[in-house]
Amino acid sequence: MSIKISVTVNGVKHHDRVEPRLLLVHYLRDVLRLTGTHVGCDTSSCGACTIHVNGKAAKSCTLLAVQADKTKIITIEGLAEDDMMHPLQEAFKECHGLQCGFCTPGMIMTAADLLQHNSKPTEEEIRAALKGNYCRCTGYHNIVKSVQYAAAKMKAAKKPKKEVVL
Amino acid sequence: MSTNDWIGKSVRRVEDKRFITGMGRYTDDIILPQQTYASFVRSPYAHAKIIGVDIRAAKSMQGVVAIYTGADVASVNGVPCGWQVNFKNGDIMKEPKHPLLVADKVRHVGDAVAIVIAESQAEAVDAAQAVNVEYEELPCVVNAAEAVKPGAPLVHADVPANTCYDWSLGNPISEVDEAIHNAAHVSTLEFVNQRLIPNAIEPRSYNSSYEAATDKYTLYTSTQNPHLIRLLMCAFVLGIPEHKVRVVGPDVGGAFGSKIFHYTEEALLTWCTKKIKRPVKWTSTRTEAFQLDAHGRDHITKADMGFDKDGKIMALRVKTFANLGAYLSSFATCVPTYLHGTLLQGLYTTPKINVDITAVFTNTTVVDAYRGAGRPEATYLLERLVDLAAHEMNMDPAELRFKNFIPPFDGINQPGYQTQVALQYDSGNYEGVLKKGLEMLGYENFRNEQKEAAGNGKLLGVGFSTYIEACGIAPSAVVGSLGARAGLYEVGQVRVQPTGKVSVYTGSHAHGQGHETTFAQVVADKLGISMDDVEIVHGDSEAVAFGMGTYGSRSIAVGGSAIVKSIEKIIEKGKKIAAHKLEANADDIEFASGKFTVKGTDKSVGFGDVALTAYVPHHYPAGLEPGLDFSSFYDPANFTYPFGCHIAVVEIDKETGNVILKRFIAVDDVGNVINPMIVDGQIHGGVVQGVGQALFEGAEYDANGQLTNGSYMDYCMPRADDVPMIETAGQVTPCPHNPLGVKGAGEAGTIGSTPAVVNAVIDALWSGGHKVKDIRMPVTSERVWRAMQN
Repeated sequence: MSIKISVTVNGVKHHDRVEPRLLLVHYLRDVLRLTGTHVGCDTSSCGACTIHVNGKAAKSCTLLAVQADKTKIITIEGLAEDDMMHPLQEAFKECHGLQCGFCTPGMIMTAADLLQHNSKPTEEEIRAALKGNYCRCTGYHNIVKSVQYAAAKMKAAKKPKKEVVL
Repeated sequence: MSTNDWIGKSVRRVEDKRFITGMGRYTDDIILPQQTYASFVRSPYAHAKIIGVDIRAAKSMQGVVAIYTGADVASVNGVPCGWQVNFKNGDIMKEPKHPLLVADKVRHVGDAVAIVIAESQAEAVDAAQAVNVEYEELPCVVNAAEAVKPGAPLVHADVPANTCYDWSLGNPISEVDEAIHNAAHVSTLEFVNQRLIPNAIEPRSYNSSYEAATDKYTLYTSTQNPHLIRLLMCAFVLGIPEHKVRVVGPDVGGAFGSKIFHYTEEALLTWCTKKIKRPVKWTSTRTEAFQLDAHGRDHITKADMGFDKDGKIMALRVKTFANLGAYLSSFATCVPTYLHGTLLQGLYTTPKINVDITAVFTNTTVVDAYRGAGRPEATYLLERLVDLAAHEMNMDPAELRFKNFIPPFDGINQPGYQTQVALQYDSGNYEGVLKKGLEMLGYENFRNEQKEAAGNGKLLGVGFSTYIEACGIAPSAVVGSLGARAGLYEVGQVRVQPTGKVSVYTGSHAHGQGHETTFAQVVADKLGISMDDVEIVHGDSEAVAFGMGTYGSRSIAVGGSAIVKSIEKIIEKGKKIAAHKLEANADDIEFASGKFTVKGTDKSVGFGDVALTAYVPHHYPAGLEPGLDFSSFYDPANFTYPFGCHIAVVEIDKETGNVILKRFIAVDDVGNVINPMIVDGQIHGGVVQGVGQALFEGAEYDANGQLTNGSYMDYCMPRADDVPMIETAGQVTPCPHNPLGVKGAGEAGTIGSTPAVVNAVIDALWSGGHKVKDIRMPVTSERVWRAMQN
């Protein structure tokens, strides 16, 4: 048995028939071949699979592909606009916020959600927002700095608050 | 930035763009044409006889391509161990077979009984669940000290007392016993250095394929050392021709030691792909990662440190039971011995040391090198004892260390320091890092703050750890004499392209360390060219001639040195070409800032021009080969010995026992630094892993051999809100024996940090009048609360 879904991923509309048990993360990775979203665990604990569903961060291993029907999804591949890196992407490079890179897409997507509703988070607020995402490489030090750096950049750019939704 | 001073700069990483845009390429991202997927049937028991395996129902299920059991691979070798350690009496260690699939009995939870290959991952999982295995459960043993006792269940029938080997090192035990007996004060600790689970966030993943027309295999593997995997798999397990096997370690999502080893699944998938003539892929679930990825630590130790009346250390005596798990992992045997016993000199002038190790099989997951590998265990033992002794003798812990440090030596004007436990330290300034750490802490004020805190329902404590590690692994002749079954040099090839662009092929493998940046910095600096003109290639046995991979903080010290050796050959040949072009003698040519110049003149020719001439040799020195491409094998003269001082400040809630890590100071001397930003990053991450051991992490087995916290819901690793910013500082004591003067930074954080945190907890408890000798890791609120009830 398969079920028909229509889902807009990074601005592109996809129509597919999927098994009801297919997880959204596997739909993104194996069907759409968007492999920037990673799988690090089987208990929804690590956050490596974090994407945005209708503008909010969500763990794509905790959703079935069929639940994503008629939603708008942004993955790490769709975060940059017109080849311009998102300030968080720039910040992670500038502040050495990544080492092996495996948790990085999930970290950036989670942090992007935070900065959408809190443009000037404190260190404590950043750490609290990121506690659903494991990183085993950085000790979080430079990830926190990256989020602070991006927040300052976004503020300096004085862009109006903008949802990362297409 | 001028073009010739890349070394020492915090250059932003060139590899980052693919990772921050989701374009990294990890093994699980790869789907090959005709791809099949594997799932395993694994033992739910720690120890059981296999009575029967019924695959009939599974075989007829939808999508199933093939199923193999232990009987099918009975004639295939098991995975080997790469380091031989002998018993004290000279007998060779016990080396039971570690089969690709077990046929007779399972020896730990997760042991593989069958592999199911199907058209999709879901179908493979479905069919694996339909395989019916009948077991007869056997009594099991999980604790190393229990496993050696008479009557303990035997993990392998032919390994008496479950003992792989016993081993000792240092001064004769009689001399050490006497020195301890005569000591004015003896501090004794009996403790467990608990088992840790590495938990790289990328689970292990393999994808193996076979092309019948060419008889060629390709294995994509999340490994730290593709060439080593190829060698072990071809020569020792499958007996297939090495030159017909390509092993690729693409982007690897963290490793920390757990991806050094040659795992059974790598060889089994490669065996299967030839059988079914289709690619086979398997990616570990996190549950499997907990059950199968080689664990770390797991020592049970009793240690005595004797002091004279002034606090000088007179002797150290150590007895450790090291748990190796159910089988021998690739380097399991060298961890408790040559990476632990040899480090027990620490930074101190201790004149008498004896260490005695019994390495033991149990019905648990294999144990092998995990970030630091033996050195964290040695550091924990020493630094806990020194801090305990300070409390017991009512001395200041910093003063006690200053009193016992080996005096500074640079390894050039002063010789290296010969320890009592086989190593010769290269260079060191140990008091320097502690002085710097105390300044950063503001030690004098701290003791006042500690007194004030006690009045506010809090206990404040400071803990020190001054550590040393042996890195830059390793001089082949030395490790060969100690039982290593491989050389531990590294290979670096520098290929100057005709246009002067440079491709570098290194046997080191990056999985977060940033080699594509630091190695390019070295090359650009030495050749006086832009970093944009340098490409670092690694991780593919077909591109890189050979390599021993990345572990033991060896990449820059050994791999980087191999590249420097090749650069020297490039420059030497370039001088000959330049001399011909400039009509001068090659001896009169000097190379700097990307230019070959006739000494004392302004006559020069650029690096790019020389490169082009080497490939278009129309006007060329007679007898000189065209081309500008050199490869070098660099075998280090000695280990390198990074060291440092870590200081933790903790606050304990007197009501709940909750511990908060308030500050963490790390002063690390890793020799010369190529990229300070990357070194700091390595320290941050290492420190937090060490803090994880101190406060959060620890594998828990029940009496039935079940890992009771084998998931991210149960095994607690540090999260973003568990740790503070890490305050780092450096000191530079160059390594005297490699061309870059570097020592390595990958493991320092993990080695130094754990005892600093535990010492801080103990210090806080003593400040509240709770004079406990030890507290078991991980130091949970409950354990602290209980300690305060005494």
